[in-house]
Amino acid sequence: MIEGARWRKWVFFYVPMVLFLLFLLFPFYWMVITSVRPDGELYRPWNSINYNPFWTWKPTWEHVRYLFEETLFASWLWNTTFIALASTAISLVCGVFAGYALSRLNFPFAGSLGTAIFITYLVPQTLLFIPLAEIIRNYRLGDTPWSLILTYPTFLIPFCTWLMMGYFKAVPKELEECARIDGASRWQAMLYIVIPVAIPGILSAGIFAFTLSWNEFIYALVFLSSPEQKTVPVGVTSELIRGDVFYWGPLMAGALLGSIPVAIAYSFFVEHYVAGLTGSVKG
Amino acid sequence: MGQVVLKEINKFFDGVHAVKDVNLQIRDKEFMVFVGPSGCGKTTTLRMIAGLEAISSGDISIDGNVVNGLAPMDRDIAMVFQNYALYPHMSVYDNMAFGLKMRKFEKPEIDKRVLEAADILGIGDLLKRRPRQLSGGQRQRVALGRAIVRHPRVFLFDEPLSNLDAKLRVQMRVELKKLHLRLGTTAIYVTHDQVEAMTLGDRVVVMKDGVVQQVGEPLELYNQPANKFVAGFIGSPAMNFAVVTVTEANGSLIAENSGLRIKLPDETAQRLRGHIGREVMLGVRPEDLTVAGSADLDLPCFDAVIEVVEQLGSEILLDMKVGENIMVASVEPTARVRVGDKLRFAMRPSRLHVFNAQTEAAI
Repeated sequence: MIEGARWRKWVFFYVPMVLFLLFLLFPFYWMVITSVRPDGELYRPWNSINYNPFWTWKPTWEHVRYLFEETLFASWLWNTTFIALASTAISLVCGVFAGYALSRLNFPFAGSLGTAIFITYLVPQTLLFIPLAEIIRNYRLGDTPWSLILTYPTFLIPFCTWLMMGYFKAVPKELEECARIDGASRWQAMLYIVIPVAIPGILSAGIFAFTLSWNEFIYALVFLSSPEQKTVPVGVTSELIRGDVFYWGPLMAGALLGSIPVAIAYSFFVEHYVAGLTGSVKG
Repeated sequence: MGQVVLKEINKFFDGVHAVKDVNLQIRDKEFMVFVGPSGCGKTTTLRMIAGLEAISSGDISIDGNVVNGLAPMDRDIAMVFQNYALYPHMSVYDNMAFGLKMRKFEKPEIDKRVLEAADILGIGDLLKRRPRQLSGGQRQRVALGRAIVRHPRVFLFDEPLSNLDAKLRVQMRVELKKLHLRLGTTAIYVTHDQVEAMTLGDRVVVMKDGVVQQVGEPLELYNQPANKFVAGFIGSPAMNFAVVTVTEANGSLIAENSGLRIKLPDETAQRLRGHIGREVMLGVRPEDLTVAGSADLDLPCFDAVIEVVEQLGSEILLDMKVGENIMVASVEPTARVRVGDKLRFAMRPSRLHVFNAQTEAAI
């Protein structure tokens, strides 16, 4: 903390913190306020007398209603949830096992294999979608949720593996050794001791993976074409921006509703999540 | 039963020869301590006995059966780790019961054994707590309890007391000793603390650079160290050493260097007959030096200038300069000594150690 006179605390702590918060939270505020403002206010010119972009006295649910009744937003939500959960589950299972193997089993080239996996994570998705599109077409998976459930792990598994590798390295080796002396096989030691201890790490990897696949845009844009198959980010942007016409109200309402599940996931697991990032094992 | 035999054990780590040709027989019910400075191979040897580290060559057998290829779980041993290695997500009870559950013991038997062990260690009221809610000493007890419930053939301890504060360490040391007397299970204990080694061990193995220097009962190591390393490692404060040249004058042997000239007692002289004209290493423990009085005139004596006086209450440690050598003497707490004093010290003739100056082996 900052020591000394009260003004120092204000100048160096409170004022910067408030500015920082304003800067970070303003887009969310803008999103919320736009999604409840009636169209009449939204499209009012900036030089009209009662122009007031930061507040509304006549909040409306009209845009949300439009979203659910006039578009396929409900299916988009369901698609996104299903795809994000499935690809996260696949990636977590692979990432946990691969991370464990790379950090604990001494086999030749374990180190370089770990690095190689990380490098695959660095290949930009904007390039990778080209060969993947070919594969998706050959397996006739285009325009199905599976085109995303099977391609998201291409970047989620390296990510989860890398995160879990770091976490498993922080779990004391003695815990496992002790379990093995106590009569557990390597498999049992991993199942009963290492994985339960690594739960915070697994949760943080899971939240990250879930968020990444929830927000993913490029693959979803390329692999899905029919409106009822789309995910929230693609659906909202492709169906609510028609040419140069932006349906700002429903667009912002869609963005708001689309970010709520992620926000809930974050705040629900935040304690574990922070512990996972700092790699602390209490005990 | 719990007899452990190590035969020609070697261990290489990436080309480093960490443990060299270790031969040991640990008897049933014995408390054997491995002691040595860090990196001497004592923990590696213990881990090879546990099965956590593969043996590069040699045989380890427990009760006559070679266990080289056996997994840790099949060796019927229990180990207590330096950092306790308690399972953080389990209660104390579950920590202690884990080994029994893995071995498919019946629930009533598990209950009986855990409660029994908890009773022995005085942790009966902690069984529902998590490890993070325990103090260092309590965690240590739980780690011990987890080993005890298994009724193994051999206990392995890897520096179990080094994470405790000094007072608790002394207390736990006594409890460990009592526990061993009560259970009578063979124990192998690794430490870098020579006091722990001396007080706990029935026998002590001193190791350095992967080589066993000496195996013996604590007093044997103290009184008849096999070489300069053991002599310097066992005992606190450490033994004083001085390189001297052996000469003969008037039929008796004299050891001398720039600041020291001592007539060697007959018994030592006998051993040094073959070394006349050569350098040897003289060793004497601080507690075997006394401020010379008039009655000590026929003892080997030397003059010293006091440089530091350390009052410990039960004794006084004197750091002093003898010619070019620095030596330490431990004297009675009643002695009146001040820095700068020039005093004459006598050494007990029977307590003089001599080592070969090159090989450092005892002569």
